[in-house]
Amino acid sequence: MFWVSTKRIIRSGFFNFSRNAFVSLSSILVMTITLSVIAALIFLSAVLTATLSEIRSKVDINVYFVTGAQEPDILAVQKNLRALPEVDTVTYTSSDQALENFKSRHENDQFTLQALSELEGNPLGASLNIKAKDTSQYQGIADYLQRKPILSSQDGTSIIDKVNYYENKSAIDKLTQIIHTAEKLGSIITIALICVSILITFNTIRLAIFISKEEISVMRLVGASAAYIRGPFVVVGTIYGAISGLITLVLFYPVTLWLGRTTANFFLNMNIFDYYTQNFVQIFCIIMISGMVIGSISSYLAVRKYLKI
Amino acid sequence: MLQYLSNHSVHFTLPMIYFDKVSKIYADQSVALQDVTFAVEPKEFVSIVGHSGAGKTTLIKLILAEDKPSEGRVFFGSTDIHSLRLSEIPELRRKIGVVFQDFRLLPDKNVYENIAFSMEAAGRTDEEIESDVPHVLELVDLGKKIWNFPKELSGGEKQRVAIARAIVNQPDIIIADEPTGNLDPVNTYEIVQILKKINDLGTTIILTTHNKGVIDSLGRRVITMENGRVVRDDKEGRYII
Repeated sequence: MFWVSTKRIIRSGFFNFSRNAFVSLSSILVMTITLSVIAALIFLSAVLTATLSEIRSKVDINVYFVTGAQEPDILAVQKNLRALPEVDTVTYTSSDQALENFKSRHENDQFTLQALSELEGNPLGASLNIKAKDTSQYQGIADYLQRKPILSSQDGTSIIDKVNYYENKSAIDKLTQIIHTAEKLGSIITIALICVSILITFNTIRLAIFISKEEISVMRLVGASAAYIRGPFVVVGTIYGAISGLITLVLFYPVTLWLGRTTANFFLNMNIFDYYTQNFVQIFCIIMISGMVIGSISSYLAVRKYLKI
Repeated sequence: MLQYLSNHSVHFTLPMIYFDKVSKIYADQSVALQDVTFAVEPKEFVSIVGHSGAGKTTLIKLILAEDKPSEGRVFFGSTDIHSLRLSEIPELRRKIGVVFQDFRLLPDKNVYENIAFSMEAAGRTDEEIESDVPHVLELVDLGKKIWNFPKELSGGEKQRVAIARAIVNQPDIIIADEPTGNLDPVNTYEIVQILKKINDLGTTIILTTHNKGVIDSLGRRVITMENGRVVRDDKEGRYII
């Protein structure tokens, strides 16, 4: 009996959907807007994440060592830093490499190069470039280096010349604040917009079911169970969600194609269209499942009100 | 109930419907029913008459578990209707066929589907539905309108579909609430004849009406209501208000 009822409910849902073409059309239209808001928020959040991580990657601190520092001592420091949980990467630049980099950076500046050649030996010390997992963690890393002076294995003097965090502290703090505010604001706006669109969809479906109020009461009076009455409405809600989802996914193809071309430079080289095609399966699942879940739950809740007799 | 059984010791079967000192007072203190007690026996054809507001519709709502009494109890056979849980009410309603003044057909379903819906709700098989629906439509002389939608039917035809829907699950009782209220005399006559035929075949019928002609032509039991009270209960009654 369960399968017979399920079959009848699904069939009835499809019938109701096709026979109420105008109501179906308007519900799909509103739901498409809701799903478009959700899709747009997925893209916005991707753009925000990409932009923020791009900004994050630009933030780092350098530890400069004195010229006489021994490489094994520096490598030991690198090893200790890597062991810290907040550290993402630690890149070692030897004093020879630093000299090479300096020369290539100033290859057109003969005056500087000449001044360099007049010096005896390599005036540049080795350095470690540290990238933290989060910009707020640089303070901790700098404090760690400060707290535990790294001493030379030969004469016991400190081998660290300077840590440039303290010079860039205010800029790093400001950026950290901006990133955190942007993330927080992004989440709040996302949640608010999703709630508003779900409410609008719920109200539209509630209105569509309000039209069937009399029908529901007749079904009750001829002895139909609550589940048997509610079933076709839930099926219709799911169909609305599925069709709206497909429309949204199709609509976003030309939209992202156009936006991808025009905004690639603005979004720090992130192409929205590439993001759409590369993450299509994930976006497809999010939009389709959101649509069907919103549609079915809205219908379920909207019918409940009329099932009380 | 026990009191009724002791007073009617000659009966060995339970009444189909039994109102036991039922009162219905709404939140605004208006009294719809007051201390109503009566029984409807199986296979009876009972008409309930009275002015608008006399309490006829409230009575029917109580039988269909659409509303609860403020005092007293209503029995369907041995079941106290208002002690049923919400999930048990559909089972009760499948034993009652209902016909309304405004037909209450499902507008998005054609004649076949309207009747089939009632059978589906009762858990009947597809084979039963396919064989019974055309048969019951033949009984109410609507075999040719099987695929029409309600909006394509006349008032009399709609009411015949409603009757077909009410009888298709072979209920124990048919409740017809002013079924001829929106019909012309010819259709009224036909509907009453169909109801009589159904009763002759053994189904209990409760009919509420304003129509003096209908009541007088039936010559069956008449319960007269006034201001929520039963004022007359005649075995072979006439319309006296």
